[in-house]
Amino acid sequence: MHIVVCVKQVPDTKIIKINPKTNTLDRRSAPAILNPYDAHAVQEAVKIKEKTGGIISVLSMGPPQATAVIKKSIEIGADRGFLITDRAFAGADTLATSYALSKALERINKELPVDIIICGKHAIDGDTGQVGPGIARRMDIPPVTSVIAVEEVNVKEKTVLIKRKLTSGYELIQAELPCLLTVEKEINEIEYPPMPNMINAARYEPIIWAVSDLENVDHAQLGLKGSPTIVGKMFTPPRPEGGKKFEGTADEQVSQLMDILQDKKDLFSIQTPN
Amino acid sequence: MNLDECRGVWIFIEQNDGEIEGVSLELLGAGRKLADKLQVPLAGFLLGYGIKGLANQVIAYGADIVYLIDHPVLENYRTESYMKGVIYLAEKYKPEIILYGATPNGKDLASAVATDLVTGLTADTTMLDVDVENRLLEASRPAFGGNIMATILCKKHRPQMATVRPKVMKALELDEERPGKIIEEKISLNEEEMRTKVLQIVNDVTKKANLADAHVIVCGGKGMGDPQNFQLIYELAETIGASVGGTRDVVEAGWLPHEQQVGQTGETVTPKIYFAIALSGAIQHVVGMKNSDLIIAINKDPNAPIFDVATYGIVGDALEIVPKLIDQFKKLTAEKGGEMSYV
Repeated sequence: MHIVVCVKQVPDTKIIKINPKTNTLDRRSAPAILNPYDAHAVQEAVKIKEKTGGIISVLSMGPPQATAVIKKSIEIGADRGFLITDRAFAGADTLATSYALSKALERINKELPVDIIICGKHAIDGDTGQVGPGIARRMDIPPVTSVIAVEEVNVKEKTVLIKRKLTSGYELIQAELPCLLTVEKEINEIEYPPMPNMINAARYEPIIWAVSDLENVDHAQLGLKGSPTIVGKMFTPPRPEGGKKFEGTADEQVSQLMDILQDKKDLFSIQTPN
Repeated sequence: MNLDECRGVWIFIEQNDGEIEGVSLELLGAGRKLADKLQVPLAGFLLGYGIKGLANQVIAYGADIVYLIDHPVLENYRTESYMKGVIYLAEKYKPEIILYGATPNGKDLASAVATDLVTGLTADTTMLDVDVENRLLEASRPAFGGNIMATILCKKHRPQMATVRPKVMKALELDEERPGKIIEEKISLNEEEMRTKVLQIVNDVTKKANLADAHVIVCGGKGMGDPQNFQLIYELAETIGASVGGTRDVVEAGWLPHEQQVGQTGETVTPKIYFAIALSGAIQHVVGMKNSDLIIAINKDPNAPIFDVATYGIVGDALEIVPKLIDQFKKLTAEKGGEMSYV
C-alpha cells in the first residue's frame, strides 16, 4: 500500500495579525505550522499503514522553508517527503496548485504506484477545500471528500470503505483504489509522536524538486499565469447598523429589554396551555 | 474561449432524498438579482432520479429555466456521475455564472467541475454582486480566518463559479404562478463505470435539530470567565427554550463542543433572537450570526464591536445581567402560566 499525503504549511490563523491601515496580512506575526487538517491526514495514513503495511509519502508545495511541515509529518509517522518548490509556482490559486501537485504525483506514481492520496479537508489559510478534488480529477481517480472514518481497506479487492459526512448525518461509501480522500478533524486524534520518529524527523532531509524535475509540464498552467481567479480587492466587512444601546442601572436596562421583547409579538410570545 | 458566448446565471439545485436543500432556494433568490442586473435568464439545474416533480418548485422560487437530468445512476450524489451531468449541461448551454451551496456535496461537485471546465472557483462566498459593464461576478469571502473580506474575480475564464455559504442569502417568497420553462436532457451513464458506490445513507435526526435551525440562540463568549460561570448561558437558554452557542475561544477552551461554535469556522445561524453574551464581536463571529432577526448584546465594554451589530445592547457585567434576565423570564412565564414560543 502506497499512501501519499498532501500537506501545506500555513500561518497559524489563530494568532495572525492584520495591518489595520493596509488591510493586509502581517505574515511575520504568525508562526508557520502544518495545516491542522493535514496533520489528521498524515495520522490517518499511519493508521492505515498499521493495518496494511506499506509506505507513506508526503508531498507539499511551497517555499523552501516548507520542509518544516514535511519533517513534522515524518514525526507523525510518514516515511519520506517531497517538496516541490519553484518561483514558477508562486501565486497559484487552487486550479494551478492542483495542477502542479498532480505533476509531482505523476512522477511519484511512476516510481511507486499510488493507492491512496489523502488531503486535509481544507487549509486554514485559504479555507477552500478545492485542491484535493482538483487533484483527483487531474489524476482521474475517484474523490471522496469530508471523510470522517476509513472503516476498512481491502488490499486484495483494492477497495476502501469510507464514512463521509453529510449536511445531516453520514453516508457509507465504497471506493475503488486508487482514490483520493479529504479528511475532517473528527477522523482521528493526533497521537503524541514516538521518540524514534522524532529522531528520524530531526535528521530527515526531504526530497526537493523544481519544475525542471517534473515531466510534461505546461508552464502556462502554473502559478499566477495558470490561475483563473484573482483577488480584486480586500475590505473590512460592512457591519450591519447597530441599534439601541440601553442606559441606566442593570435592573433598568433589563426591564427596558423585557418591555421591548414583550411588544415583539411576531418574534416572541407566551403560549398558555388551554 | 469566447467569453461573449456565455450568458445566463445558473444555480445548482441540490436535492437529497427528493427534498431541495434550503441553500439552493436561497441561491435562487441571490441569483435572481444577479440575472436581473445582467438581463439574462436565471436557471436552476437539477440532477437525480425521480426528481422531475421538483422542477416547478425551482421556478416558483425564482428560476426562468430548469435544466433537468433524471437518471437511475444519479439516485445518490456521487462526484463522478454528477460531475458528468453538470459538465454536459455547462458545455451545451454555456452559462456565465454558476453558483453552488457550500455544503459537502456542493463544494465537492464545484471543485471537480471547475477542474474539468478549467475555470475559477471561489469558495464559501458570503457576498455576491456583479460588475454589469464587465459582466464580472464579484464573489466576496472572509479571508485569513475571517478578519477581512476578499473579493475574488475570474476575468478570463467562463463560467465564473462560486460556492455560497448556507443562510447568508435570502430566498424569495414562493410564487406558484411564476412562469418558467423545463428542459430535460438525457445523458448516458453506466453504473459499471462508476468507481464509487453509496452503500448506505444515515440521517442523524438529532443533528438536524441543531444550531443552524434554532429559533433562539444564547451564545456565550470567553468573557464569561470560566466554565462554571458559563453555566449561566445554559440556564438562560433553558429558561427561554433556546439553543446554546459559543465563540471559537470558548470551544477551544473546551467549554463547549465544536458543533456548538457559531462563526466562520463553525455554524452560520439565522435565529429569530440571538443573545450575544460576554463576547466582543470579532468579525469571524459576526459573519456567522449577523443575519439573525434580533440581536441582543450584553457586554461590559461599551466599545465592544458586538454593539455595532446588535439590535439592542446592554452595557454591563454578564454575571450580573444574565441572572436578572433569567429571573425576569421566569417571572414572565409564571405570570402567564405558559411556555415561551417563537412564531
